Amino acid sequence: MAKELKLMKGNEAIARAMIASGCDGYFGYPITPQSEVMETLMAEKPWETTGMVVLQAESEVASINMVYGGAATGKKVATSSSSPGISLMQEGMTYLAGAEIPCVVVNVMRGGPGLGTIQPSQSDYFQSTKGGGHGDYQLYTLAPASVQEMYDFVFDAWDIAFKYRNPVLILSDGAIGQCMEKLYTRDDMPRWTEEERRKNAPWGTWGKPADRNHNIVTSLELDSAKQEIFNHKLQAKYAEMKEKEVRYEMLNCEDADYIMVAYGSSSRIAMKAMQMAREKGIKVGLFRLITLFPFPTKQLAEVAAKVKGILCVEMSAGQMIEDVKLATECKVPVEHFGRFGGIIPTPGEVLKALEEKIVK
Amino acid sequence: MTEEIIIAGFGGQGVLSMGKILAYSGAMQDKEVCWMPSYGPEMRGGTANVSVIISDERISSPIINEFDTAIILNQQSLDKFESAVKPGGLLIYDPNGITREPSRKDINIYKIAATAKAQEMGISKVFNMVVLGGFLKLKPIVAPEFIHKGLEKSLPARHHNLIPQNEEAIEIGKGIVEAVHTL
Amino acid sequence: MANLDIVKPENLVYQRTKVLTDATMHYCPGCGHGTTHRCVAEVIEELGIQDKTVGVAPVGCSVLAYNYFDVDFQEAAHGRAPALATAVKRLNPELNVFTYQGDGDLAAIGTAETIHAANRGENITMIFVNNGIYGMTGGQMAPTTLVGMRSATTPYGRNVERNGYPLRITELLATLPGTYYVTRQSVHTPAAVRKAKAAIKKAFEFQQQKKGLCFVEIVSNCNSGWKMTPVQANKWMEENMFPNYPIGDIKVDGKIAEGIDVNRLVLDHALEVVNK
Repeated sequence: MAKELKLMKGNEAIARAMIASGCDGYFGYPITPQSEVMETLMAEKPWETTGMVVLQAESEVASINMVYGGAATGKKVATSSSSPGISLMQEGMTYLAGAEIPCVVVNVMRGGPGLGTIQPSQSDYFQSTKGGGHGDYQLYTLAPASVQEMYDFVFDAWDIAFKYRNPVLILSDGAIGQCMEKLYTRDDMPRWTEEERRKNAPWGTWGKPADRNHNIVTSLELDSAKQEIFNHKLQAKYAEMKEKEVRYEMLNCEDADYIMVAYGSSSRIAMKAMQMAREKGIKVGLFRLITLFPFPTKQLAEVAAKVKGILCVEMSAGQMIEDVKLATECKVPVEHFGRFGGIIPTPGEVLKALEEKIVK
Repeated sequence: MTEEIIIAGFGGQGVLSMGKILAYSGAMQDKEVCWMPSYGPEMRGGTANVSVIISDERISSPIINEFDTAIILNQQSLDKFESAVKPGGLLIYDPNGITREPSRKDINIYKIAATAKAQEMGISKVFNMVVLGGFLKLKPIVAPEFIHKGLEKSLPARHHNLIPQNEEAIEIGKGIVEAVHTL
Repeated sequence: MANLDIVKPENLVYQRTKVLTDATMHYCPGCGHGTTHRCVAEVIEELGIQDKTVGVAPVGCSVLAYNYFDVDFQEAAHGRAPALATAVKRLNPELNVFTYQGDGDLAAIGTAETIHAANRGENITMIFVNNGIYGMTGGQMAPTTLVGMRSATTPYGRNVERNGYPLRITELLATLPGTYYVTRQSVHTPAAVRKAKAAIKKAFEFQQQKKGLCFVEIVSNCNSGWKMTPVQANKWMEENMFPNYPIGDIKVDGKIAEGIDVNRLVLDHALEVVNK
């Protein structure tokens, strides 16, 4: 695959990846710090090249429901927003999950609660992984830590979304969205042909031919017995994701006395803190989460069994730490260090927390 | 080698594009780079800043609070970032509009009268390249041929005819940067 | 035996359209939804577009509309049908797309989606059934509930100081440049049904001609919610609903219909109500 080197913002990479991965439609609403996604799409005019539809909706509520309508016709449809806008989309997310509609949603997180701040944060972990909307459902959640991953994960997201008929969330933050890094782009994939759409989405509402029953996309089931059976089916799907689709990265974990667990931007800050600690002779490793759901429970437990303590580094008041404690069954000390409300911790602060809370 | 730089000044001085050209040039020389702008209301009211990291290794944190080099183009930015230069680091500033000179004794301080020079020569559009030239004279972390490629990559094709003018401005900058305080 | 003998194709004067399924409708006897469904389904059959039509169902009494139409169907979240329909049409311009919504869905929780789909001039058809009440949840006040009209949440009658005014969203939509055909019909008499069906047919034909958004309001009854017999309900509808929601075309060929003063209908309406 021919790859071209470019320098690009994370948000721009998301937009370019959508076009390059054969996305059929994007529906969004402006919000800082992710507005460059739609701005890039509008400037690129993909409707003149790949035929991709791009529309600025009247709200995030409308955006996510446009995703629902478009994706329910078996097409590749995406949206993006930032924390407050993602809160507005939660109704749509649970309907998408309940109707088993594949799609891609990008959250470029900012600090909350409420209108909060526009600076980077990671305080939407619970919302993303514990069901931001109502009902028992899960979103497959990818956490990119670089501009290259912002780009690549869009391609990966389509594969998972259609394989499992489930919405995929790309959970990023203002730092990765706004920063510009090196990016190797891929050749454009054409959008699906009509035949491919029908083959990949036989359940889609693309017009009922005479030889099949009408397709209905709905999340409604008035018979509770049937709803329970359906919910078991969803749970089986999530279990399969846990079995087959977990992603993570381990750095210097082989000889580590202590590890840090982090994802996205904070994993990069932790990486720097790890280098500083190693220079001081402290054997620290980094376990970086790439999928937040499914959480790498087994893999983290194996590493945790060999260390004396774990520091969770997250730009929140302590959300991911709950899953780390569950994974390690509290067999080793697990502590949290975080800055939040739009404040990004420095590597020095992380190192200090590591020394004070874990190494002692 | 890892060089962590902050470039700060008024909007319209070409702060963000100077950072982008430097970062792109580093990328063309096969280095790892990261360009992180201030954004949102912070940008309103006239100030703009961008941090640029150029490194031989994978870049860890994209957000940094201490810098090897600060390139300062107005008084507000000098007030804000003088203290953020690492001990032994470098501060370059344009004296235009500066009322309180930098005072640290544990860093290297240079000035570059780029505003005055650019006005004098009628090349105000490439003022930021004069400043970049001053930086590259003191820290030649990217070779000239890669600066050329960086310009090609970051300027839209319709402006490629301006590349020679940008390169001349860089050369002018190299000639006018002068020491104020050195360790 | 004699009965079966006459069931022969040459003797048929009427049969249910094949665009409706065999599912038994859950609507109350006397309700206008069944007839409105039939009108829409017959239009789809007559235009020969069963294989190229996608419907979007609301939340409300017609939430299960997808079980009755034998075309591909999506079930929207409450009020969001115009957003779904927008995307279906934009991504699949070859499809005929319609929403089917009630007054709570379209004119309360979904007002923003309705107005913006209309204002963008989406090439979709919207069928709006207005019975002045929330039927499915048990007869609560709707945006279109008349002043003084009793409901489960206005047990002493709608009071403008507490509840504001009935919303004439149809007239409001007619003022937007994105709408091409806006009409208000009813389905309570055979003659009205014929007119309503003709209006729905136009609304689908204009969609095929890419004219812009076409909007058909059906003023209907809710005998259960209004706590009346079907016959009483239709009489009450004629006497009370029609003066507030006058039947007829409001916008034709992208222009306000002759004899219609939309400004008067929209702006002076509140004053009329208050003066009463």
